[in-house]
Amino acid sequence: MLARIRHALAPLVFLTMLSVVLQAHAQQANPNAPVSPDASAVPEQTLLQEESRIQGRIDIPDKRAGVLIQPAGREWDHFHEVTLRWLGAIVILGMIALLALAYVVLGRIRISAGRSGRKVLRFSGFERFSHWLTAVSFVVLGLTGLNITFGKLLLLPIVGPETFSAFSQISKYAHNFVSFSFVVGLVLIVALWVKDNIPKQVDIDWLKQGGGFIKSKHAPAGRFNAGEKMVFWFALGAGAAVIVSGFLLLFPFYFANIAGMQIAQVVHAIVAVLFIAVILAHIYIGTAGMEGAFEAMGTGEVDLSWAEEHHDLWLAEALAKERIAEPPGQPTPAPAK
Amino acid sequence: MARMKFLCDADRCINCNACVTACKNENEVPWGINRRRVVTINDGKPGERSVSMACMHCTDAPCAAVCPVSCIFPTEEGVVLHSKDLCIGCGYCFYACPFGAPQYPRIGNFGSRGKMDKCTYCAGGGGNEETGSTEEYKKYGANRLAQGKLPLCAEMCSTKSLLAGDGDIIAEIYKERVLKRGYGSGAWGWMTAYHEKISV
Repeated sequence: MLARIRHALAPLVFLTMLSVVLQAHAQQANPNAPVSPDASAVPEQTLLQEESRIQGRIDIPDKRAGVLIQPAGREWDHFHEVTLRWLGAIVILGMIALLALAYVVLGRIRISAGRSGRKVLRFSGFERFSHWLTAVSFVVLGLTGLNITFGKLLLLPIVGPETFSAFSQISKYAHNFVSFSFVVGLVLIVALWVKDNIPKQVDIDWLKQGGGFIKSKHAPAGRFNAGEKMVFWFALGAGAAVIVSGFLLLFPFYFANIAGMQIAQVVHAIVAVLFIAVILAHIYIGTAGMEGAFEAMGTGEVDLSWAEEHHDLWLAEALAKERIAEPPGQPTPAPAK
Repeated sequence: MARMKFLCDADRCINCNACVTACKNENEVPWGINRRRVVTINDGKPGERSVSMACMHCTDAPCAAVCPVSCIFPTEEGVVLHSKDLCIGCGYCFYACPFGAPQYPRIGNFGSRGKMDKCTYCAGGGGNEETGSTEEYKKYGANRLAQGKLPLCAEMCSTKSLLAGDGDIIAEIYKERVLKRGYGSGAWGWMTAYHEKISV
């Protein structure tokens, strides 16, 4: 009897179960089905696990405000306040220490043959203008940029909040507008010197011989040696990176959203710190590190002995050109070799 | 001293935007600036929730940490205030804020954002202006806290979804609600802002 009842009820039970399943399914699929008011909302933590930012619809015209929560802000904060500070301090102070060591160990690299007293033009006026336009812009950008990260640690306690804010306000605008002269300078530099900076076989030999720093013998080099070429290509790459990331920040929300701007700032800061370190080395070798080097960018003319020691291949070319340009019969300087 | 916090009970918020209007009116907030806003998640879908959001007055506020001129600071009550006299409008607080709270009067091309503006918890400003003075009101808005009142957005919330006040008390109120009705989508932003959850 019991078995019979169970037998008879079986289809009914099955139907009930089926209807429950179907109903649940219909509720999921059909948006018009009645929804329980306490329908479990997706919890915040689940949303944040799916996506790094919780975004929704907003009634006010400013649609960017539709980002409700972006915990990445705290990560960016950590980068800016901890990571970047350590990185910047280690890279920049490390480079200064390295250069000081180089000065102590190697000393100022002298012109071994002594000054010849004869000058040869290395950089034209326009070339020097392009270099100094970039250089002055770089120094302004570098110092005002460092102020944003290190100013409140180093400068604020000394000058006080009002003065520091006024200075930082000016330096912010300086940073934003001097960026354009940096772009112009970098474009000019690249246009003028790219043809002399194509890597060649001679550069590999130059590197193998330690660039003339380690041994007293000077390695042969064209207009630019491998070291200068590396600075050139680094400046081009790093310059492009800071320019692109900088302009993303200069025009907020035009090209990047908040996440994009955080990444742009990280790229901008890291590349800029490395750029400053490399340029510090560039400044050292062009001034205190080597006798006769600064003249190239100062007056534009270098001593013949210096050119012979550091850029022999270029000197030979330059003199050959001069010889063609000059009328015959006049005495021409012969290369020392 | 009480640690002031905001709590939005998203299961009660009906997206009426009265908090937004109240804030704008009470503080005479200029056009284009929204110190408070309501965002709707899963709009039109089951489980849709609206959350009213402004500055959460975070613990270890990231905006205060990144500010290059250190013009943002927490008060004794945990309210995060800033000085518009010192602000240079660099926009860093906006990158760092997990809640999109910092606002600027202008778009900000070439760094021309102007002085940052944000929810002050109706507690005046962080400058040198005298508490409750006209100068303070013009620059930062109302100072209700000094008068013993809470932020107006929460005070006039029609469903009492938005709660303001001592963090422990509003957490307790929320907990009771969740226990009574049997559900709750959590205190939005609390983990990010205060490193804590309200466990029921």
